[in-house]
Amino acid sequence: MSRGRFARWFDMRGWTLLLIGAPYVWLVILFLLPFLIVVAMSVATNTPTAPPFSYGGDHPWINLEPFSRVLTDGLYLRAFLTSIMNAFVAMVLCLLIGYPMALGLTRVSKSWRTILLMLVILPFWTSFLLRVYAWMGLMGKNSWFNGLLTDFWNFLVPLDWAIRSVPMMHTNFAVVLVMVYTYLPFMILPLYASLERLDPTLDEAAMDLGSRPYQVFLDVTLPQSIPGIIAGGMLVFIPAAGELVIPSLVGNASQPMIGKIIQDEFGQARDWPMASAVAVALLVLMVVPTMIYSRYQAKAEGAK
Amino acid sequence: MKRSPVFLVSILCFGFAFLYIPILSMIVYSFNASRLATVWGGFSTKWYVSLMSNEAVIKALVLSVQIAVVSATIATILGTMAGITLARFTKFRGRTLFSGLVTAPLIMPEVITGISMLIFFILMADWIGWPGQRGFTTITLAHITFCMIFVTTVVSARMVQTDRAIEEAAMDLGSRPWQVMFDITLPVISPAIISGWLLAFTISLDDVVISSFVTGPGSTTLPLLVWSKVRLGVTPDINALATLMIVTVGIGVAAAGIILHRSEKRRLAEERLAFRNND
Repeated sequence: MSRGRFARWFDMRGWTLLLIGAPYVWLVILFLLPFLIVVAMSVATNTPTAPPFSYGGDHPWINLEPFSRVLTDGLYLRAFLTSIMNAFVAMVLCLLIGYPMALGLTRVSKSWRTILLMLVILPFWTSFLLRVYAWMGLMGKNSWFNGLLTDFWNFLVPLDWAIRSVPMMHTNFAVVLVMVYTYLPFMILPLYASLERLDPTLDEAAMDLGSRPYQVFLDVTLPQSIPGIIAGGMLVFIPAAGELVIPSLVGNASQPMIGKIIQDEFGQARDWPMASAVAVALLVLMVVPTMIYSRYQAKAEGAK
Repeated sequence: MKRSPVFLVSILCFGFAFLYIPILSMIVYSFNASRLATVWGGFSTKWYVSLMSNEAVIKALVLSVQIAVVSATIATILGTMAGITLARFTKFRGRTLFSGLVTAPLIMPEVITGISMLIFFILMADWIGWPGQRGFTTITLAHITFCMIFVTTVVSARMVQTDRAIEEAAMDLGSRPWQVMFDITLPVISPAIISGWLLAFTISLDDVVISSFVTGPGSTTLPLLVWSKVRLGVTPDINALATLMIVTVGIGVAAAGIILHRSEKRRLAEERLAFRNND
């Protein structure tokens, strides 16, 4: 066998190098580098040049003013608060709806389960934007859905309180509702995955030992599904907190969420360092739940 | 389970009603004759006709599909390489950084990914004169980057399940490493590669936020066009567009699901047969 030196090198090392190297280099250039630029940008000084930043002037190299503004300026604090509140409420509602749905999915027959799981995933494959849009149609003043809710309200309350339509569009309520709608599959799937693995004989054992159904749930099912709850919660909370599209379509423009602030600082204000500082602050906020999650997971792995 | 939990069944019904009523309502109203998108004015298909003759929509759709095909294909190649790397090479210098790089984009808010790529492209244009203009190229590069992560996840999950013994046997029989990959590994994980491509294609076709940052003049993808249109309110032709997309995707997903389900069944049956023949 007389293989060339290149062919031998390629078999021994080159092939592996190519396999690892190509995606590695791609991610370093197009993901890590842009990210590091944002971090570096967050300590730069805003200048009226193009591109609008510099590392000189009154604050050579490191300018912490953008960060101090994030922590002191009410505009940013309010936006962070709105984002966290909306994302948190959406996460809790997703859990309250998604948990019984996931539990229900584990209790139906095998063939039904396949169909229903497919139905959970299907909306995820259709356009996210159009799912948001679908709710715009339902929440509008003249829609059948709003009319139904209005009639229901007017039926319940005295005449003085009667309303013409339910003010749903352009509120935080609308933002949370649409977030719950679009992110519900993210909650159901990890919950289902963790509930499906549970051993049904444990339930039966607890029942045989005299536990009531709700006690079985609290003592047996719920503790074992905590990894699923945390995973689902993260999958809902993180994209919801950084959401840009939903508040732009159904939200209240006077109560912007943090994504909108980043976009405006960059686009309208042309203040790249400020936009970057807000982005870095948002990331720090995301890192905390991620750390809790990975620490919890490491502990769970260790327990096995 | 013997007991039939009434509560769970009713919440399932409620949950699926919640998931599907908005979509069904949108589909029904796409056949509405009235210009007011929220008032029923009789059956009509005129919004489909006006949609088909809307040049901006067709142009945006073509651009979106082009970007999605190119970025899904490159993302699948890179993502498969990364997935195989993750599952097979457990020790190499820089592996920790590598596994960080393939998970970080998943938990990074889209706004931050978008803005970091935009700043990167602007600065690159400033420093080395590339990319000269933002548009097709920059959107595609951005889409490849975050789509490949999803392919990596799907492929590495599949790789972990596959049996390494076949690959080792091929190596022992004198196959060269790249032959093993093309003859054994890739065919075995092909279902994962196909679903990875489909996932990447859909994500690229659907992306609004990142595209909105890295796009340039004249490059309006379909989601960007829809976003700018629906900000002004509900319009019947978007209802028609949504219906067409949902029906297409629904048929596609159902078909893919059935095909994958069947091939999985056949694989299991063959494995069982092979196992029995070995005894």
